[in-house]
Amino acid sequence: MNDATHSTTLTHDFDIARIRADFPILAQRIRGKKLVFLDSAASAQKPRAVIDAMRNAMETQYANVHRGLHWMSERTTDAYEAVRDAIATLMNARDRSEVVITRNVTESLNLMAHSYGRGVLQPGQAVVISAMEHHSNIVPWQLLRDDRGIELRVAPISDAGELDMDAFEALLADGKVGLVSMTHMSNVLGTVTPAERIVRIAHAYGAKVLFDGAQAVVHRRIDVQALDCDFYAWTGHKLYGPTGIGVLWGRRELLDRMPPFLGGGEMISSVSYEKSTWAEVPHKFEAGTPPILEGIGLKAAIDYVQTIGYQAIAAREASLVDHALARLDAVPGVRILGRAQDRGGVVAFALDKAHAHDVATLLDRQGIAVRAGHHCAEPLMHRFGLESTARASFGIYTTHEEIDFLADALARVREFFT
Amino acid sequence: MTADTFDDLRDLYQEVILDHGRHPRHAHRLESFDASAKGDNPMCGDRIEVWVKLAPDGSIADTGFDARGCAISVASADLMAETVKGRSKADTQALFEAFRAMARTGTCPACDAALAGPLERLQPLAGVHEYPSRVKCATLAWHALIAALAGGKEATSE
Repeated sequence: MNDATHSTTLTHDFDIARIRADFPILAQRIRGKKLVFLDSAASAQKPRAVIDAMRNAMETQYANVHRGLHWMSERTTDAYEAVRDAIATLMNARDRSEVVITRNVTESLNLMAHSYGRGVLQPGQAVVISAMEHHSNIVPWQLLRDDRGIELRVAPISDAGELDMDAFEALLADGKVGLVSMTHMSNVLGTVTPAERIVRIAHAYGAKVLFDGAQAVVHRRIDVQALDCDFYAWTGHKLYGPTGIGVLWGRRELLDRMPPFLGGGEMISSVSYEKSTWAEVPHKFEAGTPPILEGIGLKAAIDYVQTIGYQAIAAREASLVDHALARLDAVPGVRILGRAQDRGGVVAFALDKAHAHDVATLLDRQGIAVRAGHHCAEPLMHRFGLESTARASFGIYTTHEEIDFLADALARVREFFT
Repeated sequence: MTADTFDDLRDLYQEVILDHGRHPRHAHRLESFDASAKGDNPMCGDRIEVWVKLAPDGSIADTGFDARGCAISVASADLMAETVKGRSKADTQALFEAFRAMARTGTCPACDAALAGPLERLQPLAGVHEYPSRVKCATLAWHALIAALAGGKEATSE
């Protein structure tokens, strides 16, 4: 199998050579070997457009935003605020004020646990997560539970790695659940959760729904109005943007009811020692100097992704995943975690003869970058009886040949440890 | 093909490491023990439990372990159990410090000549110094052992 056949039969409008040329880092060699970067789910590489946008800003048009009455500040404010419009359009938000800019998805989820959890939910209510969350969507709710007596319930998953919908609904049946906070795509199993069904069920029992879309937003277009969810969180650096910028989208009427998260400049309307008043949403949640350059970079990343188009990205990714499952299944001793019907471009696996860390070190020596460990999802690893796995994850620049290379290398790794 | 591909990894995965990683001799819980501790590397999820039986003179009579980790962490635990046998607590502490220096830098020029024998046995693990993220794999068992000897229950290689 080679890329040419795939690109003609499956993803005819996907010019992989041109896309790869957009990512300067892919030309790097690792220990004399071609870089095979299969760790995009941890953080994706950056296209030239993002690099240039951030550099141009620093070289030609940079100042602090929202406060300077000078030309540079006003121009920088416009450039920075443009990312809010781009995000609102990308997610089909009703209004740009529904887009809160944070530092990363972890901060978005902590903002929710703090402001919604402590400000809107009441002791005695419950929050539901799933058994395939990463630590960022577990720990903030544990802190909330211990602080406020808000119960934390965990919806189980099947051996295939799919949400058990009956069990999920049963968790909501007593009407105590105020919020469902769930991954839209597992960073380990690749499972895409049935978001519309989750929302329908949750709303039927009076619960709001927050999706952790850190992985999902990379692989498919998120339309918050079509999903009918209440909150949606994601992060820029996995979508080919810079680190240090995240997103929390929320329904305006809910954001209005939530108290602030961090206090400081930018989030106030007026300050006195007796009493301060808060700025309007979304600035109420955006204390301090925002990630200005990161916003400019993320705007370029969103534009870049939309130029390629989610339809083409999704078709390409489906082809890569099918290919990876077929090739890795054919390697003796490889066990793939998760067999969800609807899944995205991450494949976690264990090798019978070698620990994941040894696998990663040997792959690294061949120029192949994979993640190894518990993927910040320890409870999920234990659900499958493992301490750690290796994980290959794909970006828009990943090729079928790179997956072939991984499969061949894994066979050699196994021989080495046999 | 295999030999060529991984030739430059033989410094890390020497035969003695592959052998002790695959077939550890001391990977069992002791029937009776005087001290034990768990070790945990939170970054990667490696875990180990170490049990120690002391002789009447306070030296280490036997060490057993249960490790969930990579070849390097299992081999290191096994070689540790072998090399600390018969040593006093103070001696074991000195050997740990010498081994840790070797794992971090590849050598231990300042090490006590009296430790030359056991350090030579542990030498195959010195290759980890070229892989900073793997040094903790090699030292985790030692951290647990030292914690057990000090009367602690938990250790981390962080």
